[in-house]
Amino acid sequence: MFRNQYDTDVTTWSPAGRLHQVEYAMEAVKQGSAAIGLRSKTHVVLATVNKASSELSAHQKKLFKIDNHIGIAMAGLTADGRVLSRYMRSECINHHFVFESPLPVGRLVVQVADKAQVCTQRSWKRPYGVGLLVAGLDETGPHLYQNCPSGNYSEYQAFAIGSRSQAAKTYLERKFETFMECTKEELIRHAVFAVKESLQEEELSSGNCGVAVVGIDEPFVVLDPKTLQSYIESLETGKEEQQTMEETGTDDRQSLQVQHEGTGSRGISVGAGDDSPTDMET
Amino acid sequence: MSMVFAPCLTETAAPTTHAEPAWSPYDNNGGTCVAIAGEDYCVIAADTRMSTGFSILTRNYSKIHQITEKSVLASSGFQADIRALQKNLDARHQIYQHQHNKQMSCPAMAQLLSNTLYYKRFFPYYAFNVLGGLDNEGRGCVYSYDAVGSYERSGYSSQGTGMQLIMPVLDNQLKSASPLVLPLQKSTTPLSEFEAVDLVKDTFASAAERDIYTGDAVEIVIINREGVRRELMDLKRD
Repeated sequence: MFRNQYDTDVTTWSPAGRLHQVEYAMEAVKQGSAAIGLRSKTHVVLATVNKASSELSAHQKKLFKIDNHIGIAMAGLTADGRVLSRYMRSECINHHFVFESPLPVGRLVVQVADKAQVCTQRSWKRPYGVGLLVAGLDETGPHLYQNCPSGNYSEYQAFAIGSRSQAAKTYLERKFETFMECTKEELIRHAVFAVKESLQEEELSSGNCGVAVVGIDEPFVVLDPKTLQSYIESLETGKEEQQTMEETGTDDRQSLQVQHEGTGSRGISVGAGDDSPTDMET
Repeated sequence: MSMVFAPCLTETAAPTTHAEPAWSPYDNNGGTCVAIAGEDYCVIAADTRMSTGFSILTRNYSKIHQITEKSVLASSGFQADIRALQKNLDARHQIYQHQHNKQMSCPAMAQLLSNTLYYKRFFPYYAFNVLGGLDNEGRGCVYSYDAVGSYERSGYSSQGTGMQLIMPVLDNQLKSASPLVLPLQKSTTPLSEFEAVDLVKDTFASAAERDIYTGDAVEIVIINREGVRRELMDLKRD
């Protein structure tokens, strides 16, 4: 009701205790084309839906390598994402120069979150309009994080952001308990399947989706279209087997359990609550 | 081209207007580097002795650093400055790769190294560099530098404490006709990879005889179409 009066600038609170400009920024993320991330004990996979603005143009780049051990997928204003990825690359290079070791992912994610927070508390700035899925490896293993325009960040087992991401999230929620033990190929196949769910009617091809992987002793790499196409094709052959399995009545639907792996107060969740309006307070 | 910042032992012919410094930010850790460019390979070699004054710090220190897939930097001089220079170039190369989605070519790295050295024109890196690698056509290239970035591409080069002993030998074996003479001759040596490595081993063995700062072992890196290969040969340890 009061939204229009208190949403002019980011430094104005609404009577309900909300910053509408920040929420609008998160809306921009929800409007962007989907980005999906999932991890196992040894690898993290990122996948994106690549939308071309017209038939004549090439699609936008949404997967960026930050360092050998870190990469990101973005959803929302990709221009803002490019600026953030330049910042992240610079931080990784500087850390490596001083400490001769890779910057731990969690550390970088916090730095990006703090940078995003600044934009929510300055009258002459606007929040970043991009959500990042940060996939990386450090001494404690593979990690997947999400960075919000609000300055929030959280760690996930698997997550999806952007438009029609709910379909992907539903698939991930069903399957996430099996991810930890997956091989790299299985994980990639899950990611491609999740992208397929987001695309719904559109046909999945290496032209409208992108996949990147990082793993233990494997630097971050964006899969080339040929490799990607072979994964997509293997999905087609696997689909028939899956349909016959489901017809025999096995119900894979897991309850929405939040899994805590003891990594401190952040906790790990499968992202059920992202659509609620006050999620920036979590 | 020689940079003398060491105090006391210098005998000044002309009286100086300022007092001689009690402390120098530089030290010379000695050692020699050599590189030879071939038709489709490049050999870069450096001894593994690190010394200070008349003492040996270690017999097993590598002066060779691979910066890109196709460029290898060998440097003698002040190893602390050299390490800082290597890290600087590595960081710059990472940035280049993020921006251009490919590795730097050897000639591009050669220019970058020159600019990096000149950037510190008034407090130089005490580094005498030889950059070796393959150019965009796959031909061997060797670039040699002074401490402030003046560089030149050539068919072979040496730097460091054993330079004066090695360079004349390389000239004798590898020098081609002047580039002003027509028809134009290639600066890369017609020697095979094996012969070039053999020549390098001979030159280091000779330098180790008379140069006290060169010895212990020589590390030889060979870059060719297949990739990068390393060899280690022992030298006299006295």
